[in-house]
Amino acid sequence: MKIKEDGKQKKKMSPVKWIMYGGLIFWTVIQLFPLYWLFTFSLKSNAEIFGGNIIGLPKEWHWEHYVTVFGQAHIYKYLLNSLFVAIVTIVATALLASMASYALVRLKWRLSSVVYILFLLGMMLSLQAVLLPLYRNLKAIRDSLWSLIIPYVAFNLPMGILLISGSLKTIPKEMEEAAFIDGASLYKIFFRIILPLLKPIISTVAILNFLDSWNELMLAQTFINSDQWMTITVGVNNMIGRYSTKWGLIGAGLTIATIPTLVLYAFLSNNIQESLAAGAVKG
Amino acid sequence: MEKALRSKKAVCFFILPGLILFLLIVAVPIIQSADYSLLKWNGISEGTFVGLDNYIEMFKDPVFLLSLKNSLLLAAASVLIQMPISMLLALVLVNGVKGENFFRNAFFIPVIISSTVIANLWMKIYHPSYGLLNVFFDWLGHPEWKQNWLGSSATVLIACFIPMIWKDIGYNMLLFYSAAKSISSDIIEAAKIDGASKFQISMKIIMPIIIPMIEAVTIFCIVGSLKSFDMIFILTGGGPMHASSVLSLMMYSEIFTNNHYGYASAVAIAIIIICLLFTFGVQFVFKKIMRKYRSDS
Repeated sequence: MKIKEDGKQKKKMSPVKWIMYGGLIFWTVIQLFPLYWLFTFSLKSNAEIFGGNIIGLPKEWHWEHYVTVFGQAHIYKYLLNSLFVAIVTIVATALLASMASYALVRLKWRLSSVVYILFLLGMMLSLQAVLLPLYRNLKAIRDSLWSLIIPYVAFNLPMGILLISGSLKTIPKEMEEAAFIDGASLYKIFFRIILPLLKPIISTVAILNFLDSWNELMLAQTFINSDQWMTITVGVNNMIGRYSTKWGLIGAGLTIATIPTLVLYAFLSNNIQESLAAGAVKG
Repeated sequence: MEKALRSKKAVCFFILPGLILFLLIVAVPIIQSADYSLLKWNGISEGTFVGLDNYIEMFKDPVFLLSLKNSLLLAAASVLIQMPISMLLALVLVNGVKGENFFRNAFFIPVIISSTVIANLWMKIYHPSYGLLNVFFDWLGHPEWKQNWLGSSATVLIACFIPMIWKDIGYNMLLFYSAAKSISSDIIEAAKIDGASKFQISMKIIMPIIIPMIEAVTIFCIVGSLKSFDMIFILTGGGPMHASSVLSLMMYSEIFTNNHYGYASAVAIAIIIICLLFTFGVQFVFKKIMRKYRSDS
């Protein structure tokens, strides 16, 4: 069927097809042109950006903008902060959500279903609903990366538990029972058998957490004051304020902030798309 | 094993770390928010209990009403503009085009880039003198179309909405696309053999089957719009003169600019309630649609 269709296509493009492909290409330009423009103006001098060469490729490639932004603006520090926040958030969420899921799915206790529903209700809430209480409660650790990590983990738990417990339910119990007869404790069973089996769903949860914590703005903006603890979103935003008219440097900063996600996307595009779809379907 | 699975010690070990964190950071603060919302309180002196006064004040506060209106407009734009475009793109891709993966990735890339970057990029696009948009109008020979897009209250709202809608089209597209992809190919092949065109297949087979996904995306679009903060915070901070203020942004400035802690908390609670009402409303409407669809076929 498919082959036959392709054959037909080669002979003659119908007008409908022309319109369809024209539309797709038009929309690709709409989605990607701003990003192309960002990258090119990050390499241009102001003379080019404000002068005649607004949308073309740079005539002179000012790579030194990237060097300047990296050196002067401490952008590497912001990147490391964001990376630290993302990694700790991912690991802590994955571990705590897996443990909780194990307790909720496998262990037998009276309040199990009540606690499960409680976590699900948490999915209805978002950070802004508790911004002020958190701002006050976390006063002692404010202006440290932990004041971001702890709320990020807590708010990512419900989705993590929902996805992981859903996957845990589909894993047959036989292996655990066999290990138990061989004398393994529940703790050993969890860490040696369950966690490795949950790897695929944990990677989904990790991707969702990465995008969440890497891109989060409201808490990062509010809880961090010192330059040395700023994450990339806030750091780059402040840097832009300082550079006001130096568009080349601004463009370089924005591009650098985007590269980690794009690299991740280049390697994991299918996993990322699947994860976001899975998160949405379950949520 | 049964006995081990009932061990209280094991239950505590596995559930308590997550549960305690959740209670301390999510559950207790939401109760605090509700409690604060009943106070008149500037955060420094003791708050005084004022009952529901903060909630009543909201309906007299022109800034709240304007923010609510803007948030609802964004939700409407999201459902009426963003969703149809996403659906169209998804249906075209699902019907098999050359370069399906390329197009899907191209549409999806803005989704994963942070709002901070996107907002700053669009600030440059909207720049009155050197921005892409005004330069484009010059090039078209229509300099009179040029505007101070983010600086004038006439254009600021639409100028803020466009990048927000632009950014997330790929996300909705992906959700529709993956739902449509999971439809068994037998059904579609059978329809093809019966002579159905791609358009008919899209409208009569794919769309009805993915109604649950359409429902989910409608809820995301509305709830996401009502909670949106990042993009407008950077683009305009809600200005000029609150013209582009939305609910979350208004709550934020009530806390950190005006020190109206009690009132801001009432707005926070109101946002949750409005989101819940819309969620139930959408679920109700879709239940009716599903019932109608089932009785029709």
